[in-house]
Amino acid sequence: MTLAEKILAVHSGRRKVSPGEFLNVKVDLVLSNDIMTPLIVKEIQRLGVSKVFEPKNVVIVPDHFCPNKDIASAEQAKLTRQFAKEQGAVYFEVGRMGIEHVLLPEQGLVLPGQVIVGADSHTCTYGALGAFATGMGSTDIAVAMATGEIWMKVPQTMKFVYQGKLPKWVGGKDLILYTIGDIGVDGALYSVMEFAGEAIAELDMDGRFTMANMAVEAGAKAGMFGVDDKTREYLTEHSKESYSAYQADGDAEYADIIEYDVSKMEPQVAFPSLPSNVRSVSQAGSVRLDQVVIGACTNGRLGDLRVAARLLRGKEVHPETRCIIIPGSQRVYLEALREGLIETFVEAGAVVSTPTCGPCCGGHMGVLAAGERCLSTTNRNFVGRMGSPKSEVYLASPAVAAASAVVGRIASPEEVTK
Amino acid sequence: MRLKGKVHKYGANVDTDVIIPARYLNISDLDELTKHCMEDIDGEFVSRVRLGDFIVATTNFGCGSSREQAPLVIKHSGIACVIASSFARIFFRNAINIGLPVLESTEAAEATEAEDELEVDLVTGEINNKTKAKNFYAKPFPKLMLEITAKGGLIEYAEERLKARGT
Repeated sequence: MTLAEKILAVHSGRRKVSPGEFLNVKVDLVLSNDIMTPLIVKEIQRLGVSKVFEPKNVVIVPDHFCPNKDIASAEQAKLTRQFAKEQGAVYFEVGRMGIEHVLLPEQGLVLPGQVIVGADSHTCTYGALGAFATGMGSTDIAVAMATGEIWMKVPQTMKFVYQGKLPKWVGGKDLILYTIGDIGVDGALYSVMEFAGEAIAELDMDGRFTMANMAVEAGAKAGMFGVDDKTREYLTEHSKESYSAYQADGDAEYADIIEYDVSKMEPQVAFPSLPSNVRSVSQAGSVRLDQVVIGACTNGRLGDLRVAARLLRGKEVHPETRCIIIPGSQRVYLEALREGLIETFVEAGAVVSTPTCGPCCGGHMGVLAAGERCLSTTNRNFVGRMGSPKSEVYLASPAVAAASAVVGRIASPEEVTK
Repeated sequence: MRLKGKVHKYGANVDTDVIIPARYLNISDLDELTKHCMEDIDGEFVSRVRLGDFIVATTNFGCGSSREQAPLVIKHSGIACVIASSFARIFFRNAINIGLPVLESTEAAEATEAEDELEVDLVTGEINNKTKAKNFYAKPFPKLMLEITAKGGLIEYAEERLKARGT
C-alpha cells in the first residue's frame, strides 16, 4: 500500500484498502476558521448535536478576516469565538494565533500518520509531516466535528520523484509550481501526490510545507511526504507526543510515477490566472509590479522570511512598488524580530503585518485595484483572487518576491545579488 | 425527476473565486451573498438566470477553495443542476452534501452551448439537448452518494449513523 492507503486503512479498521473504495474514516483532528465556522455551527445545530466528538481534537483559528476587517467580519469572528469557548475546543485568539496551516504544525498539533480534515482547502499542508490531511466544505466538517468520522473515497496515489541537487534560489515553491505547470490544475484530480527523491531528501521542512500546501492546486486530495530525519527533528522541536510513522511499501501501486531532474531548474513564476501557467523566471519578460506580498500558508514561515531578508538587507523596495510582508504566526513574527529580519524589512521600506490570510484571498491588508499587478508568494492567482477582477496575480517563491520588490518588476534573485 | 431549463455555458477551471469571490465571505445572508454569484466571470449571470436553468462547463469545475458557499449560491440562484466534463473534488462533495445535483458528462459538456434548452433526468442521468436534438448519459453516481442524496444530504445521512451508534 502507499503511504495514504496505509493511514486510511488504519483509520477505518481495515487490513488493506484499495483506490476507489468508500470508507468511513476516523479523524484525529478537525479544523476550522473564522469564515467557515458560522456555517459549521448551523449544520451542527441541524444535526441536533450539542457537543463535538472530542474538544481537544477540534481546532479553531480566526485567521482569514482577523484582526476583524469590518463589522460583518467581526460578527463572524464573534460567533466563531463563542462556539469555540462553548465547546471547549482548542482556540487561538488574535495575538496568539497564526495562519492556520503555519500554526498547527508549529504548535505540535499535527503528527505523522494522523487523518486531519479542515474547512479550508489548504489543509493538505500537513501532508509535509506524513499526515493524511485534506480540505472539505462546512457540512462535511460539521459532521466530522460532531461524529469524529467522515466518509472518504480512497484516492489513487501519483508519485513525483525529484532527482538531482537543487540549484541556488530554487526551493519547494519552484518544485511545486514546476510540477503544476507540467501536469495542469487538474493533473492530480482526486489523487494523492506523494513526493520523493534526492532533492526532496535535501529539502527543509518549510519547503515541504509549501509543496504539500499547493497539492490542491493540481486538484489533489492530499500531498504527502514520508517521515525522515528532517521530519523527526521538526517534531522533536515542536511536539512531545508519540506518533506512528508509516512508509509506503516497496511494492505499493501508483497510478503514475513522474520523474523530474531539478539540477538545472530555475526559479518559477505562475502567470495570471492559473497556478499552472508557469514560466522560468528568465522567461518572465518585463512585468512591472505595483505590489509584492510575502507570506501566507504557502510561504509565511521563518525560512521564507530569512530568504526574503537576505535579499532585502541593505536594499530598498522600488519606489513604485508596495511590499507587504506577513509572518505566518506570532512565533514566526517573534523569531523574525529577534533575528533582526523585521528591522531589515522595515528599513527596506516594506510593511510588516500581524499574521492573517488577508491579501491572499482579496480580504484585506493589500487588496488590488483594477489594472494593478501583484507578485505574491501565495498559492492562487485566479481572476479577482486578490481584489479587482481586472487585477493580475503572479505566484513565486519568497526569493523571487524579494528580488522583484527591489527591482520593481519580476526579477531573478541573481539580479539583486550580482 | 425531470428538469427543464436553459444553459449558461462556461469553459474549463471555473474556480470558486469567480463563483463567489472571497471578498464577500463576510456576508452571512444567503440572499445577499447570491447577488454576487459568478460575478467575476459573468457579471450578467445573476440578472439572466431563471429558476430551473443549468450551468454547463468543461473540466475541473469548482476548483480552488473548499468554500461551501460556492455550490450554495449556485443552488440559491435557481440553478437546478450543474453539468461538467469533470468537477474538482471538494466542490463535488459540497454539492452532494447540500443537495445541488451535479452530473459528469464530457460529451454533453462539449456539445452544449449557451441558451440551449436541456431536459435532464437525475435518476437515469439522461441529458437531452432539445436545441441540438441530441441525447447524452452522465456517469452514474456511486452507491454511497446515492444513499446520501436519497436521505436528503449529508446531515440527514449522518443523523441516521448517529442514531445507529446510540449516541
